[in-house]
Amino acid sequence: MKTATETRNYWLLVALGGLVTAIGLGAAHFMELHGHIVTGMNNQVVWGLPHVFAIFMIVAASGVLNVASIGSVFGQPVYKPRAPLSGLLCVALLAGGLMVLMLDLGRPERLVVAATHYNFTSVFAWNVILYSGMVAIVAVYLWTIFERRFNRYTKAAGLAALVWRFVLTTGTGSIFGFLVARQAYESALLAPLFIVLSFGWGLAVFLVVQAVMYGWNELLLKPEIQRRLARLLGIFIAASLYLVAVHHLTNLYFARQEAFEAFILLGRNGGGVYPLLFWGGYVAVGSVLPLVLLFHPKFGDGRSTLVAAAGVIAGAFAWLYVFIIGGQAFPLEIFPGHVVRSSFADGAVDHYVPSLPELLLGVGGLGVAFVMTVVGVRVLDFLPRDDAAKA
Amino acid sequence: MLQRLLMLGLLTAGLAHGGEAPGRTPRPVVEPATAGTQCVAPPEVMRRNHMDFLKHQRDDTVHGGIRGAKFSLKACIDCHANQKTQSVAQEATNFCVSCHAYAAVKIDCFECHTSKARTVAQGAPK
Amino acid sequence: MSRRGFLGVAAAAIGGVMLAPGIQLIEIAQAAAGSGPTPGANPKVRWGMLIDTTKCEPGCNDCVTACNTENGLDPKPTPTSSQWIRKVEIKEIRTGRASSVPVMCQHCAEPPCVDVCPTGASFKRADGIVLVDRHTCIGCRYCVMACPYKARSFVHEPLTEQVPDVPRGKGCVESCTLCVHRIDKGEKTTACAEACSKAGHGAIVFGDLNDPDSEISRRVREIQTTQLRADLKLDPGVRYHGI
Repeated sequence: MKTATETRNYWLLVALGGLVTAIGLGAAHFMELHGHIVTGMNNQVVWGLPHVFAIFMIVAASGVLNVASIGSVFGQPVYKPRAPLSGLLCVALLAGGLMVLMLDLGRPERLVVAATHYNFTSVFAWNVILYSGMVAIVAVYLWTIFERRFNRYTKAAGLAALVWRFVLTTGTGSIFGFLVARQAYESALLAPLFIVLSFGWGLAVFLVVQAVMYGWNELLLKPEIQRRLARLLGIFIAASLYLVAVHHLTNLYFARQEAFEAFILLGRNGGGVYPLLFWGGYVAVGSVLPLVLLFHPKFGDGRSTLVAAAGVIAGAFAWLYVFIIGGQAFPLEIFPGHVVRSSFADGAVDHYVPSLPELLLGVGGLGVAFVMTVVGVRVLDFLPRDDAAKA
Repeated sequence: MLQRLLMLGLLTAGLAHGGEAPGRTPRPVVEPATAGTQCVAPPEVMRRNHMDFLKHQRDDTVHGGIRGAKFSLKACIDCHANQKTQSVAQEATNFCVSCHAYAAVKIDCFECHTSKARTVAQGAPK
Repeated sequence: MSRRGFLGVAAAAIGGVMLAPGIQLIEIAQAAAGSGPTPGANPKVRWGMLIDTTKCEPGCNDCVTACNTENGLDPKPTPTSSQWIRKVEIKEIRTGRASSVPVMCQHCAEPPCVDVCPTGASFKRADGIVLVDRHTCIGCRYCVMACPYKARSFVHEPLTEQVPDVPRGKGCVESCTLCVHRIDKGEKTTACAEACSKAGHGAIVFGDLNDPDSEISRRVREIQTTQLRADLKLDPGVRYHGI
């Protein structure tokens, strides 16, 4: 039975999320009306801040379903009650990320064209099918959980979701991995890297959402469950750090990649913000600090886990900014061994500055995910219940 | 006498096309095209099908490189452009815009295609 | 009214209705006396360009100006303006040798921009020209990310006063079309090549690479030419001499 205060708080949250979403939609409308000239993007950096938000949400959406997979597919009992919330977050994040991506298009009104004209050599075209299929599969999966007489199909649905998720995230990584033109991308390693990143980012989002919900509802998470989840997050962070390190080390070995790596890692040639975000954001705040908070015996409690998860999310945004925007800011090398200059910024580093409409659109996507989660948890039985004691 | 008048009236009615009967329904202003020309298809056919003709022709042009065929958009504009504005979309009564505003069907053709006739469009080779 | 009278009226009415379309047909026949449609892209042809950079002066922008005028592009470009062709001044770091190179869409035989386009708007025509079908382009800019030559531009603002032969608009991506609107009508060369010849430099040759007797085919047989980023094996249709 919901109290009056609970109901009021619920509507306040929905209103807040709705407002954030509405502002994001307004920003998208502004961008569509006036064209992308009102953003910080230009012909050198064509994918800006909205893509950073969108790809974070899409990758995290895939990863957050990990919690459900570990429960349904691998049979770990602690994760099973968490499967519904994991599924809800997957759909919510996917919806938010896709909304940002689609509204950032030059012609968002042509979505019907995108849905009816397919070029199957394009990873983007495959992603349209994969993303919408993901929503459908997760919906079916959740249905097998909620509908008691279908519980025997949960494992199969969970397996389907797991496989689909792997293909989807491989597709997301391959969006960049298939780009032979650019020094930041063109690597087969990007697909598995995105998979491992999704594990970490998804679990971090799940932990933050779970902690907030438990705190809001005055529930207590059992310490052994909390420690188990914390350790898993630590493993994912370490694995991500390893793959990112291998990617950069391999690039450093190639003479032709040296200038680009120096730009990103050391800031040579005007790459000032990128090493700051990479080392300070992703490595320090996003990886080392969380690892300490999760594994050091002095920490390891609920609050440390929450801070670590928040750090991972911040580090994710920092890494994506360096990856997506840094990769475009560095000029294409059309004439190796030459210094070049032109009216089209050949050879010049682009100094992209994100604009307000881009930020508002990205945050609007987070707003959509927020509203969907709040409404979902209120309306259906998504909150994890594992004999949690009232604090 | 009455029979002859009736015959004359029906003959005229048969010959006249697009004769507007006065009524309470607002009608779009259909500006006449360049004098002395006839459209490539009858008005009733065009009214119903011009979007399909253009859509099919644009693929022939862009993908096939076939220019100047029957339903060429540039040719439409050259004939239907308003005498004063030399455009089919500049003012609310110009040819394309008036019907489309009436039917509330938004078109995005002129976001890319110039709505000006070829002889006066800016940048057109002189 | 008698039966004969009624039949007379009906016949006149039907006659009127049936005559009218006939009169229209006669007028259509008189109006459509102009030229018919063009033959279309020929799959036996592969259009290409040869650029002799030894004849390019740094600071000369004749090709760029001609392209801008022909296609209705911005004569004073900003970072968000479309540039279909640009002059790139290059200097080799170790030797100090400088060149001036016009760079545009290379019209690759294996275009990465075509592979990545989700809707198939970026496509390669039968005669080798790589184009954007702006009716299908959704403005995702993936092709801009994929192009190794930075050939593609995204239109960042609403446009007006387009050239009738070159429709272009906000939210779509575009690049050099090898003056496809001219080529289709049977003209022999592109605006940039024509301007370069008229000015007396003769640095740009346009022609059919599949025709062994064309000027471009003869010249690429005689002189050393290179393709940009040839290691990517995209087989561009544009070749350069002197770099």
